[in-house]
Amino acid sequence: MPAIRRILIANRGEIAVRIIRTCEKLGIESVLCVSEADRQSLGARMATRAVCIGPSAPARSYLSVETIVQAALGYGCDAIHPGYGFLSERADLARMAEEEGVIFIGPAAAQIEAVGDKLRARWEAIAARVPVVPGGPVESADDAVRLAEEIGAPLLVKAVGGGGGRGMKLVEDVADLAATMDMASAEAGAAFGDARIYLERYVISGRHIEVQVLGDGHGKVIHLGERDCSVQRRYQKLIEETPAPDLPADIRQQMLDAAVRFAARLDYRGAGTVEFLYDVALKSFYFLEMNARIQVEHPVTEEVSGVDLVAEQIAIAAGEGLRFTQSVIELESAAIECRINAEDPANNFMPSPGTVAEVTWPQGEGIRVDTHVVPGAAIPPFYDSMIAKIIAHGTNRAQALARLRTALADTAISGIKTNLAFQQGILADEEFAAGGVDTGFLARMMHKEPG
Amino acid sequence: MSLTRKDIEEIMALLENSRFDRLYLETDGLKLELTRGGSAEAAHRAPQPPEAPAVPQPSPATPSAPQPQPQAAAPGASAVPRDGLVAVRSPLLGVFYRAPKPGEQPFVEVGDRVEADSVIGIIEVMKLMNSARAGVAGEVVEISGENGEMVEHGEVLMLVRPD
Repeated sequence: MPAIRRILIANRGEIAVRIIRTCEKLGIESVLCVSEADRQSLGARMATRAVCIGPSAPARSYLSVETIVQAALGYGCDAIHPGYGFLSERADLARMAEEEGVIFIGPAAAQIEAVGDKLRARWEAIAARVPVVPGGPVESADDAVRLAEEIGAPLLVKAVGGGGGRGMKLVEDVADLAATMDMASAEAGAAFGDARIYLERYVISGRHIEVQVLGDGHGKVIHLGERDCSVQRRYQKLIEETPAPDLPADIRQQMLDAAVRFAARLDYRGAGTVEFLYDVALKSFYFLEMNARIQVEHPVTEEVSGVDLVAEQIAIAAGEGLRFTQSVIELESAAIECRINAEDPANNFMPSPGTVAEVTWPQGEGIRVDTHVVPGAAIPPFYDSMIAKIIAHGTNRAQALARLRTALADTAISGIKTNLAFQQGILADEEFAAGGVDTGFLARMMHKEPG
Repeated sequence: MSLTRKDIEEIMALLENSRFDRLYLETDGLKLELTRGGSAEAAHRAPQPPEAPAVPQPSPATPSAPQPQPQAAAPGASAVPRDGLVAVRSPLLGVFYRAPKPGEQPFVEVGDRVEADSVIGIIEVMKLMNSARAGVAGEVVEISGENGEMVEHGEVLMLVRPD
């Protein structure tokens, strides 16, 4: 069994800090990769060592596979933790690390490839008896019209290489299908280097519900409950919570079982998330995709389950397998997370990079803040605008929500613009407070209260 | 298990008389790294290449409220150019080689003249060799990059007195 003594962290921001904390807890040394822009970051100061891997532009630093593997080898690291985003779901990093004898803390390269290709993942879902959105791949215009008539409008034209809301087009009338498909295919080719597209029924009122799984890489998989991530603005998640409010118990169980089946079929290794679309009107759910990494919203699951997901990722990577069984996982409480972004809601959510002057993060019972932002911290313009996640845990949703409202009221950030007040507006909304909103909720709320 | 100074001296003597350049020992609660010809002695935490400045170890902030930490020195900042000297920095993270091939003459030595486009070394990144150039014309007065050792992006490789 390979021991992991020193981990190269190929990421930045709050997730770098998050991974370092678990390394500290486990007595593992951390070598943090930093770009020029991140040399003074909190993570760089907390890590056992920080190494500058390149300039601020991510293409030549955080996205450089060769540089990351060279750094792992050169600084004697046993393993690479890729965090989320950047290289976390790049099979070539997993493969190169494997070839060089460095452990990749994540799934095997072949598993990343299996879930990274939307059509392949859809096929795997069908094979695992996991429901998928009615639809399928199309090769010719005639094909498409036949399928579209079978599915019925409205429908979505999706790029095989897309995801996270990118590479999707809505078709309201089957008559427009051919033109939309041509455009979608050309755009997909340019944006993702893959012109393949497929059709799916468009679910008018859907909720985004996902299941956290852990797999040992040999077919054994457990789940740690679901997360509801339906509060989204342009497919970007803003608030995530567990459990999913008002989800019928039988549906919930079917969803958890489906996620485990899907991951088990792949002999999935490590932490992953199986995403579903829950059709509120039809009370049915469909597989969307699997994310082969730790996710931004993992803390709500950690708060409720008491499991340190990063520690489990490391243990699985070290060959320890699953350290507990499904029956010991208790999911009795509730947690909600708000993402705080450096952006200006008054100016169409334009990113607001700069230097943080003062910052006060909330404290108190059930409150957790995952952030890299301290007074004087630089928010470089080159990267994602998320600067913190504020998580509230309670015995039930009402208590978690009350705690989160207080926590946001206790938060103050100056020097840059943030979406803090916007998030407080969502938490104050009656529909959100009632629970169980769909992915159209935020757009409706913003339309109702412009500005 | 704990080691006395005498134990460490004995281990150092063993290393001295062996054909190895580096010893890394880990037992329960103890990590020891010895490097021949370097300044590194015993490191109970964070073994680092001899030329690297020590990174301050701030105490971990509590999860709920990160506190401000002292500013860390930028990598390579220890070799701040002295009066009028220009630092030649590594364009990449990788392994620094002073010569085109093992056993060959180094590209430059202290006292050599370089032009802005003179190759002063090679940075290897996963078996890809990248040339490092002087970027300035003048005389090489100090070479701080160690042959065959890792250098970070932006780390000072040598100092040049410009014309």
